[in-house]
Amino acid sequence: MTPAAILRAGFRDQNPGLVQLLGLCPLLAVSTSLGSGLGLGLATLAVLIASNGLVSLVGRSLPAEIRIAVFVLLIAALVTAVELMLSAWLPGLHAALGIFLPLIVTNCLVLARAEAFASRQPVGNALLDGFAMGGGFLVVLVVLGSVREMLGRGSLGGDLHALLGTGGPTSGLHLFGEQHGFLLALLPPGAFILLGLGLAWRQARQAAAAAAASGAALTGDVPGETAS
Amino acid sequence: MASNPEPPARSTLRTAIVLAAAAVTAFGLVAIVHEATRDRIAATARARELARFDQVLGGLPHDNDLLADTVTLRDPELLGTAESITAYRARLHGEPVAVVLEPVAPDGYSGAIHLLIAVAADGTVLGVSTVSHHETPGLGDFIDTSKSDWMQRFNGKSLGNPATARWRVRKDSGDFDQYTGATITSRAVVGTVGRTLEFFARHRDQLLGDALLAAPATIQP
Repeated sequence: MTPAAILRAGFRDQNPGLVQLLGLCPLLAVSTSLGSGLGLGLATLAVLIASNGLVSLVGRSLPAEIRIAVFVLLIAALVTAVELMLSAWLPGLHAALGIFLPLIVTNCLVLARAEAFASRQPVGNALLDGFAMGGGFLVVLVVLGSVREMLGRGSLGGDLHALLGTGGPTSGLHLFGEQHGFLLALLPPGAFILLGLGLAWRQARQAAAAAAASGAALTGDVPGETAS
Repeated sequence: MASNPEPPARSTLRTAIVLAAAAVTAFGLVAIVHEATRDRIAATARARELARFDQVLGGLPHDNDLLADTVTLRDPELLGTAESITAYRARLHGEPVAVVLEPVAPDGYSGAIHLLIAVAADGTVLGVSTVSHHETPGLGDFIDTSKSDWMQRFNGKSLGNPATARWRVRKDSGDFDQYTGATITSRAVVGTVGRTLEFFARHRDQLLGDALLAAPATIQP
């Protein structure tokens, strides 16, 4: 695979959040604000790149019976390491992500990329795939988190200072008072509805692209092609 | 692996060795990171605890290490949990000036609400904050001190002010306004603060303890 194809797959064609629908549990649970979405996205990204790299190094030499077991072991160790480091340097973020940080171990995305891609690819491709898939997941988390925070709390990045230790308590963008926020956006149903809208947007774009492609094919007089 | 030329016993042994090597590698990685971060994690946790105490003590001057001056206590009826709870004593020049308690409101709208309450030596509330809760965002999270100043209404109150029987929300003919739309949450918090003051009054002597008492004491009522 070419690097461009890997990047396209992760960020668009095979986006974990919008196309593969992997790791939805943390995606929906944590995306209540830009800050927490960004935090979980970065943690997942770091784990995914590291696990893809390690798996690509050892994957092909592993006996088939224990391949998955070794992958899970490596992923669990990496997640624990990331959790310890966050707890030491970004305790606010560590507290906000709570159980969803250790649960990255069970994020199907990480194991799926290890098994389906990294174990059969050279290290460079595997690292790039980890970056692309993790990045695609991060983008969905950040967008969903931003929309939910804006609708629900009327702010954007309002908790960044507490989570990442940057800026002051008044940092971020404040659109309106929190008491006027649209509560549903912060609750689980709001997460499902907004993700559903995201999926619909993605499907509509895909349908439009397909229609454009078949229209081009028709004008090119390809025999047997019909616009359906 | 169908065309594996190795005899089964050797291949099993090889599999076991590979798995063991992977386990050792994973363990080593975690051990190294743990060793590298341990001191920092402990320091961060300590700083966070002290910052929480400062918040409820409301700037009350004290000169001791709260984390080293503790009493362990247990009172399922008044403190809301069957678990033992640690009380932290603040002292100034050796004299106890306040106690920080961590009672639990078991009857929140979505489960237990963990509170942090500082009570001055004379029995007045210095400050109340929420340690953790699962109340509905936007409705019940007014008890979060970063979201609303509702919790400040307890500051300066004591068991006689208002009278013990009036430590309830207004809906239950008490003296405290419930937060609109979240009566259950308000009731849970007001009740717990009142019961904590009652606990303080009952065990004041043990809680404030002897100024010379060095070892952590235990109260088992």
